[in-house]
Amino acid sequence: MTSIGTGYDLSNSVFSPDGRNFQVEYASKAVEADGTAIGIKCKDGVVLAVEKIVSSKLLVPGANKKIQTIDKHIGVAYSGLTPDGRHFVSQGRSEAYSWRGTYKVPISVTSMTDRLAGYVQAYTLYNSVRPFGISAIVGGVDQSGPHLFTIEPSGAYWGYLGAATGKGRQAAKSELEKLDLPNISAKDAVKAAAKIIYAAHDDSKDKDFELEISWVSISETKGVHEFVPKELLEEAERLAKEEDEDEEMEED
Amino acid sequence: MNGIQVDMKALKTGEVNLGTSIMAVTFDGGVILGADSRTTTGAFIANRVTDKLTQVHDTIWCCRSGSAADTQAVADIVQYHLQMYTVLNAEAPSTRVAAAVFQELCYANKDMLTAGIICAGYDNQYGGEVYSIPLGGSMHKQDYAIAGSGSTYIYGFCNTQYKPNMTKEDTIKFIKSALTEAIKWDGSSGGVIRMVVLTKDGVERLIFYPDDYQKD
Repeated sequence: MTSIGTGYDLSNSVFSPDGRNFQVEYASKAVEADGTAIGIKCKDGVVLAVEKIVSSKLLVPGANKKIQTIDKHIGVAYSGLTPDGRHFVSQGRSEAYSWRGTYKVPISVTSMTDRLAGYVQAYTLYNSVRPFGISAIVGGVDQSGPHLFTIEPSGAYWGYLGAATGKGRQAAKSELEKLDLPNISAKDAVKAAAKIIYAAHDDSKDKDFELEISWVSISETKGVHEFVPKELLEEAERLAKEEDEDEEMEED
Repeated sequence: MNGIQVDMKALKTGEVNLGTSIMAVTFDGGVILGADSRTTTGAFIANRVTDKLTQVHDTIWCCRSGSAADTQAVADIVQYHLQMYTVLNAEAPSTRVAAAVFQELCYANKDMLTAGIICAGYDNQYGGEVYSIPLGGSMHKQDYAIAGSGSTYIYGFCNTQYKPNMTKEDTIKFIKSALTEAIKWDGSSGGVIRMVVLTKDGVERLIFYPDDYQKD
């Protein structure tokens, strides 16, 4: 047996001799196989966007949403195993509800992220469970302004100005770095998000995808997390497609 | 019962009572809490220099009325919750959150408690705030609040004399004269007048003796 060793990857809560938890690393592979999800922190809010891979022509267009609301003011987008994400969101909703019951005010985005990350971390500790196969982007607006976080399968969480997970994360991250964050307006961030999802999409691997964009902004949505209006989504998508085609022309 | 007064009949025989005059008033730079200092067991004055103004966080305090034992216990539990809140969330609780914890305890245990509480505090985001939590365990955000048996005598006075955004000096004068009247007319209130001033500069404690406030 080598020092990185075989047999150390079959169970949670078992370290390899060089201190790694392989189950957590495999969970990250599930994340990398799924469509891109991004989050942008803007002047007075947060924009979330996902590239939802359409695996069958029979799926109802526009249904099966991937971005979800945890509390009125907090949204989540994730890459990875959808059922894991659904459970993660449901846990977040329980936390939000319980907080409101105790304190009679909405939970802060930071506290919500801390609790969710603690929950995800617990799934790396026990023999009887496996880690969450998702990287989640949690965004929202609270009393102290806009916040954007990612939560990894290990339970680690980081605050970001621009975040990306999933297949196209590398391309998305380099595009995000070009933006003036967090000084961009919410509307501009929506347009930027559409462009980034299109730029990160790999046509040769997956033909069909749906673009989902949501936002929470003080000026645009009064601090409520919701999907962007149809007209804005269509405009953002049109601009993104134009740019995408221009670039393909240049490449040719 | 009108929900403002402390129901004397609810107390067990021999139970220590805060037959009280308490109030809290928001002003320009924060909030000021005020209280008399009399504690009674029936007709006997068990303590003539009681401190009914209790700290539950750095700049969140409460005025207690009703059963001394009940309100001390509730304030202790709230203080614990707020300390845990601060550690777990790495930020101080707002006055509203503190009042919500009071309210939850007072409502869930309403059958066992005789507690009329005014929760008041200062924070940089919301400034001075006052929440009244009367007997049934409801919560009311107010510009100022009065409570306890002595408060019934000063509803009219406070209603005419209170002005929004007073200076600190005027607010102290307002509370002092209001509590002086409450003490004068209410047999269960008396002793010294205590105040706590909560502003961006922190906590300031004041005390006024009968010789002083009675002559005004």
